[in-house]
Amino acid sequence: MTGRIADLRSELADLCKRVDRRVQIMEVCGTHTVSIFRSGLRSMLPSNLRLISGPGCPVCVTAQRHIDAAIELASRPGVVVATYGDMMRVPGKLGSLEAKRAEGALIRVVNSARTALDLARREPDRPVVFLAVGFETTAPATAATVLEAERDGLQNFSVLMCHKLVVPAMLALLAGEDAAIDGFLCPGHVSVIIGSDAYQPIVSKHAKPCVVAGFEPEQILEGLRAILEQLGAGRAELGNAYRAAVTDAGNRVALELLERVFVPADAPWRALGVIPDSGLDLAAPFERFDALARFEVTLGTDEDHPECLCGEVIQGKAEPVECPSFGNACTPLEPIGPCMVSSEGTCAAWYKYNRPSATTAGPAGAKEARA
Amino acid sequence: MSSPPSPAPKSGRVVLAHGGGGELMNHLIRDHIVPPLANDVLNALSDGAVLPRPAGRLVFTTDTYVVTPLEFPGGDIGRLAVAGTVNDVAVMGARPQALSMGLVIEEGLPFEVLDRVMASVAATATEAGVAVVTGDTKVIERRRPADEQARAAADGLFINTAGVGTLDPAIQLGLEHIQPGDSVLVNGTIADHGLAVMSLRNGIEFDSPLCSDAAPLNGLIAGLLELGDGVRFLRDATRGGVAGVFADICDHCGLSVEIVEPRVPLSPTARHAAEMLGLDPLNVANEGKVVCVVAAEAAGDVLAAMHRHPLGRNAACIGSITAGTPALVELITRAGGRRIVQRPYGEDLPRIC
Repeated sequence: MTGRIADLRSELADLCKRVDRRVQIMEVCGTHTVSIFRSGLRSMLPSNLRLISGPGCPVCVTAQRHIDAAIELASRPGVVVATYGDMMRVPGKLGSLEAKRAEGALIRVVNSARTALDLARREPDRPVVFLAVGFETTAPATAATVLEAERDGLQNFSVLMCHKLVVPAMLALLAGEDAAIDGFLCPGHVSVIIGSDAYQPIVSKHAKPCVVAGFEPEQILEGLRAILEQLGAGRAELGNAYRAAVTDAGNRVALELLERVFVPADAPWRALGVIPDSGLDLAAPFERFDALARFEVTLGTDEDHPECLCGEVIQGKAEPVECPSFGNACTPLEPIGPCMVSSEGTCAAWYKYNRPSATTAGPAGAKEARA
Repeated sequence: MSSPPSPAPKSGRVVLAHGGGGELMNHLIRDHIVPPLANDVLNALSDGAVLPRPAGRLVFTTDTYVVTPLEFPGGDIGRLAVAGTVNDVAVMGARPQALSMGLVIEEGLPFEVLDRVMASVAATATEAGVAVVTGDTKVIERRRPADEQARAAADGLFINTAGVGTLDPAIQLGLEHIQPGDSVLVNGTIADHGLAVMSLRNGIEFDSPLCSDAAPLNGLIAGLLELGDGVRFLRDATRGGVAGVFADICDHCGLSVEIVEPRVPLSPTARHAAEMLGLDPLNVANEGKVVCVVAAEAAGDVLAAMHRHPLGRNAACIGSITAGTPALVELITRAGGRRIVQRPYGEDLPRIC
């Protein structure tokens, strides 16, 4: 253990002692969740400090209706669906993209919107639909490709808009009756784009400390310390423990791209329902790139698995082990809910990194994973 | 060779007719495949290789190589095909004696790519001190439309190699020999191969190059086995990474494995790449790394022997076997926390953001 981490741990212990009650801090971002589990940080925190994982995994919050629409598009003859790899295994009503590809559908895994656009350029006779998933981190890249497709008059490129905005979801969580969140560890990557000032509504309306942090264990601990300092002093402020990458105002160029190509829109979130102005639609001049309209696909409804607690997990209301399916019917090999599919999903991280003795699913779950 | 000039089409690419068993095929084999590998047994071009009969036991293994792209920093499919099979023989404790090689070539593969790969096969075989003594070549139809094929032309080659090795009766390696208290060693930095290939696929470049570690380990391993019976188990940590090997130990022995993260060799570039791609280096493939479980009292000598070999300069003792229950692989992290380590599902995929 480095000296810095030891110091931070002891400062955290003092602060938690001073607060002297159970403190629940939500880490909003999936990358934070994974870093916390991967570095074993949970095992090092004071006993009255509980971290809850928020709706910050892009795969996990994508509504089932969007997965179904993607599968519908992939079923159209000749249509190529280009998607980030994590989306491949998310179950929809009629199976997953992975299963669809095995049946012969033209589904390509890409690592960026640009790769999808390149695919469309190379195969001008084939319609290419990009599955535009993710928060403000990936949305600017989608916007840039739409602009480029417009400029170059690409007729065969379109996007299935599933982008989500982080702050409206955080506000929606706090609006719930049983929100037991004392503060937010705000995402690093998203904040690079939107800036730390973007969390001001949470501080002003709900008096919850919001501190942006980086992804190294030291940086996470620093973020937690800053939140606890505020809680201890009865304050709620914006904080930025990741100044090396995040500014107050964010990335102007990326934000302008978003404003130019997209408009805020009500969006369906997995298990959270439709949240006002929490997603992005194509602005009027770019509507012709909308895959739903182009292929006349209508979004259906969401029918999540009745036993699946992913919705509660995403909201921090339940821990994965409280789900009856966790580690039993739902494992990384046979995922039921999206939180088990994505490498950044809370359930997957919990399953992958937690000692079985720390879970009610027990050793059976871990054994199955190793078998 | 006295055959007339090759009638290879002007395009400089393999065509389907090269696999037809006629004159074209003859030229493909005699001009492009056999010369780099030349040895007395192969040169005979018989239906099979005749090898001397060794005393004791034989180890026999096979593996098929389908990597994309065919060439990457630090190696190519040819180097993988030789090193991978040599390593499978070597970690059994055996000395590799001979290799076979089956090529499946997709029409359209440029001869210049084929020639580079074959030169790499030859160089790696020489490095390992083992010859390719028999082989087979097939040409298959292109699997993708021509326009896409042009872009991915270099993808059309698969290689199967089989290897045979002789096993000294005194050498007893296996999971069943592992005991609580044993030390776990690895011969150098992990995750280099998988990260080099994935970074290339994703178009990510780094200030310092990320190179595959593909290498034949039989020389290094032979040196370790000369130290006596302190070495209990060896496995090359390929797909699934070192975590896959730890999981095998845990499953088959019912023992726990405790790994100390700061002791696990990892280059700064690889660490950075893994962070960018959202991957756990413990799960990422290696092609020149062996995980060794050795008796604690032998660990110092084995580590010293590794350090003396060029492929073991960064070797380290990274953990130990314990009797802890339930049987788990646990990592003591750099931050000082603890977490378990599991085998990945399928292939870990780079994350979205």
